[in-house]
Parts: sequence; structure tokens; C-alpha cells
Amino acid sequence: MTSDVSESSAPAAPGPVADVLRGEHISKSFGAVTALTDVNIRLAPGEVLGLIGDNGAGKSTLLKILCGFQPPDTGRILLRGEEVTLKGVDNARALGIDVVYQDLALINELSVYHNMYLNRELRRGPMLNNRKMRRLAREHLADMGVRIPSVDVEVAKLSGGQRQGIAVARSVYSDAKILLLDEPLAAMGAKEGALILGLVRDLKARGDVSVIIIAHNYAQVLEVCDRVNLLQHGEITYDKPSADTSVDELTEMVVQEYRAALEARQKGR
Amino acid sequence: MSETAQRSAGSLAGPGSGPGSGKGLRSLLGRGGAAFLRQREASVFIVAAVLVIYFGFISSASASFFTRLNIINVSQGTAPFAIIAIGEVLLLVCGEIDLSVGYVWVLSPFLMYFFITDYHIPVFLAIVLALICGAIIGLINGFLVVRLKVPSFIATLGTAFILNGFMLTISQAQAKNLPPEALGIGKWFGGFAWAEIIWAVVLVAIFHFVLIRTRWGLHTVATGGNLLGASEAGISVAKIKFGNFMVTSTLGAIAGILEAFRTNTIDPSAGGFTPMFYAVAAAVIGGTALAGGSGTVLGALLGMLVLAILQDGFNLLGISSNPFLIILGAAILAAMIANVYLTRLRRAGRS
Repeated sequence: MTSDVSESSAPAAPGPVADVLRGEHISKSFGAVTALTDVNIRLAPGEVLGLIGDNGAGKSTLLKILCGFQPPDTGRILLRGEEVTLKGVDNARALGIDVVYQDLALINELSVYHNMYLNRELRRGPMLNNRKMRRLAREHLADMGVRIPSVDVEVAKLSGGQRQGIAVARSVYSDAKILLLDEPLAAMGAKEGALILGLVRDLKARGDVSVIIIAHNYAQVLEVCDRVNLLQHGEITYDKPSADTSVDELTEMVVQEYRAALEARQKGR
Repeated sequence: MSETAQRSAGSLAGPGSGPGSGKGLRSLLGRGGAAFLRQREASVFIVAAVLVIYFGFISSASASFFTRLNIINVSQGTAPFAIIAIGEVLLLVCGEIDLSVGYVWVLSPFLMYFFITDYHIPVFLAIVLALICGAIIGLINGFLVVRLKVPSFIATLGTAFILNGFMLTISQAQAKNLPPEALGIGKWFGGFAWAEIIWAVVLVAIFHFVLIRTRWGLHTVATGGNLLGASEAGISVAKIKFGNFMVTSTLGAIAGILEAFRTNTIDPSAGGFTPMFYAVAAAVIGGTALAGGSGTVLGALLGMLVLAILQDGFNLLGISSNPFLIILGAAILAAMIANVYLTRLRRAGRS
């Protein structure tokens, strides 16, 4: 397993200029809990990177650092070769990074179109331009094939898949150049899941958008991703092109981790 | 624009019913009626209308209900409470509450008084300074809640007692007459019989607009609806809460100064918890959720109007003041239950 790691302590090759986004030596703790110990991650232009790992491995924490929601304790983030300090989600968004959170960050009490434009509202003077937001939201959702009764309904009334579709559409249509998707398929049925995967493929075909996807379905990961990273105990322990790996190999890696943990616990007794 | 866009059902979409296609008065009325019922304020409006009809036309008080004097009475029983209810709506919507606003109400005219008499500050400036002090009290409430993470119920209970003690200390618990030089400008602030209700209606109109039509209002709803989600979307939830605490306290200062000019005295026993609870009751009767995420400023004005009409109507009927509170409490509950029921009907009809 360790043979697959490309120098766990040093930032991964190739050179930083080639990468649209790099995280170097990123660590993050919450009180006594260490979520990330030393993460090195890179994303090439136009690349789709799959991030896998067990629950609690730190995947969501990593994404929340890369999207500016929380700062890392140590380490640095490079955007197109230049070191940046992300001062918040707005700041990251201005730099072209957008995110779909695992919890979707939708507001139940607001309409679909207000959620689509949450914190990037279109305005006319001091007023919300509801008419334009409503029209564009309807167009974008139709484009993506997300079927909802109306953009005027509160998102509380929608199904899990519809809600996820709205959260994904919100990021995809934000003109971001780097998209971070935290389990975008989690609440999706097979049909809706295929929709999102198709969308990622479309983005890949455009070539100017890079994507990091967290997912648990390895077959789906290999289907759309160019490369796969495995996050274990707060570090990237595995980094391979999708072409050089398989569902079996990925499954085996995670099962090994389980087994090791189980043995350690039994020894402890 | 298509039909669906016109049928704005979203809570923040506001009235959006376009003109009917002209297929007869009946369908127009039907559509207008449906559009009306979709509004969040519909249920409390109906309750208020029923009370007006009862006290104005049916009850034995009907002869005196629509007199000029009585209408002024009702308006003055509504206005100052409706003004602080605006703030409570904003705070309830973003998931907080302010129990101290009634003590800003009683403190602010004393501040104005001492600015004028002890510091010889011009009257208008003294009023502005008193309002700024109100805003600073809101800033302190916001600091306690947002930065020190004290639940707003407890934080503002603490500031309420502190403000009361501070007011009693500086005033030595003595009522003051308004400084004579303030009486001219005071006409604009409650000295003139309709002044208070005009202030209330203008402020309600402004903040109703802010809540349903501006980014600030949308973010206030988002903050109360899903605190984590709102901050994940990059909304500065701290700024929203600070701002709404400051608006509420400033409104409390306005209400207090208006009441001082109306009653022609600065009274240390004015304000307090009672008007604050009236304001919260008005907000809730008007359709604001205690749990956050939804509410209406216009509804709160109507809710306060309901309470004021009840109080006035029972007075006119000659009900003794002792059992009056029993009836008022029961009426608040009845209005509340009717409102909850009508809201449920409205929601069912919408989906």
C-alpha cells in the first residue's frame, strides 16, 4: 500500500505552475481531534479528481478548507501557482472556487430561485431582481434536467434528489473554474445520479473547469474521474490515475484499513 | 413572463398577482381572493377585520368605536408597540429575541432629557444622540449573543435589568417634565395626535420592504432558517445578527421618545417588559415563527392592531379592568389559534 504513495511528506510532482489548485502540508484540528495531519493535494487544469476515504477520514474538512469556509491550521494553498489566503467563501468564490457541501447549504424557508442565488443575488439598485433570478434559475435547472414543480416553491417541499440537483446547479452555473463537490450523488436516485455524472462529463469536455469529487461509489468515481486520491487518517495515502486502478483495488485498500483497525482494537483488549 | 412566475407563492416573492385575463369579474375576484389568501398576512388581517366589524357594528360599543377620539386611541395603542415589534420580527426571523427593548424605551427619553438639560445639547441633536445610544445598546446585545455566545433570551434579560437599574439611578426614579425647549420639535415626535401612527406606518413600510425585497432581508431569513447553511454560503451571519439587534434597540429608543412626547412626561415606570411582550405577541399573532426563518413586519403591525382593538373594544364595552386581563389573555390565545389554523389552511391550499 505504501508503495503507491508518491513521497508522502513532500508536495506531489509535477511543478506547481501546472496545477490549478494545490494544497501543501495542510493540517487541521478541532480541539483534541485531528482531522487532517499533513495533506498534499493537487488538481490539474481540466482534471476531475476523485477523493475517497472512510467516514471521518477528513474529506469534508479538506474541502471546507479548499473552498475558504475554514482556514487550515498549517500549510498553504496555491492557486494557479500563486499562494493565496482564502479569507472566506466569498473570497474563494471571487477567485473562481465554488463548492457543493455535503449538507447542501440550502435554506428550507426560501424559494428554489432564492436558494440558487443565495449570497450572489441579482439586484436592481437596492432591490432584489426576483424576476431575473426566477427566469435564470428556471433556465439553468431545465438545462441540467432537474425537474421541479416550480422555482417558486420552498425547497423544504422538494425531494432529496431535487434538493441536491439545486445545490449542484447553483455551483455549476456560478462560472467557477474549480468545483468542489462533497458527495453530490448521495441523495440521488439512479436516474438523477446519471444526470450529475453526465454534467461532470460535460464540464470535463469543456476543458476549462477542474473538479474534485468526494464519492463512495467507486464505480462511479472511476467512470468520471481522471485520478483518484485516498484520504486515510488525515493524509493522502494513495494517488493513481483512474486508468491504472480498479474498483477491486480501491475496495481492497479501504477494507485493509478496516482490517488493520480491527486487529489493532483486538490487540488492545 | 409566464403564468407560473406571476403566481409568486414564495414567502419572499411578495404580491405578484398580475392583472386577470379579463374573463369576467368572477374569475378576477376568485383569483384576487386566492392571491390574497396566499399572503402570509391574510389570516391576521381577517382576524382584525372581524374585530372591527364586531366592535364597530355589532356590539353595544358600536356608537363610539368609529369616533375620531377612539380611532386616535386605537392608533396610539398600536403605534409604539408596532414599532418595537418590527425589531422583534427581524430578530425572531434570524433566530434571536430581544427582551431588553422595553428598557431602551424607558431609558432613551431620560438620556435625551439629560443631554438637553445637563449638557445643553440642542434638542434635535439630543434626540439623535439618544437614538445612537439605543443603537449602541443593540451593539452590546449583539456582542453578548454573537461573540460571547450567550443565548439571546438570557443575554437580553441581563441587559434589561442593567438598563432598568441604570435608568432608575440616573433619574433617581423621578418622573421628569419635558424640557420646554423640546416641545416645538416634540410635535413631530408624538406631540401631534397622529404623529405616532404615522411614524409606525412609515417604519413598518420601510422594514417590510427591507425584509421581503432586499438582500439584508433575504439573508436574515437564511440566517434564521439554516444558520450553518447560511454561513456555508458565505453569508456573514454575525453581521446580520448585530445589525438586527441594533435596529431593534434603535426602534426601542424611537418608541420611548415618541411616548414621552405623547404623554408629555418622562416616566420611569413606562416601558419595561410589558410592551416588549406585547410586541412579541403581535409578531407571533401576525405570522412570525418563534423558531426563526419566517416572519412578516406588516403582519406584526396588524397583530398589534388586533391587540389594541381588543383592549379598546373591551374598554368601550365597560368591562372592569380586573377581569380584563383574563379576557385579553384568552383573546390573544384565540387570535393565535385562529391564525395557526388559517395558516395551515393557507399552506394546504398552496401546495
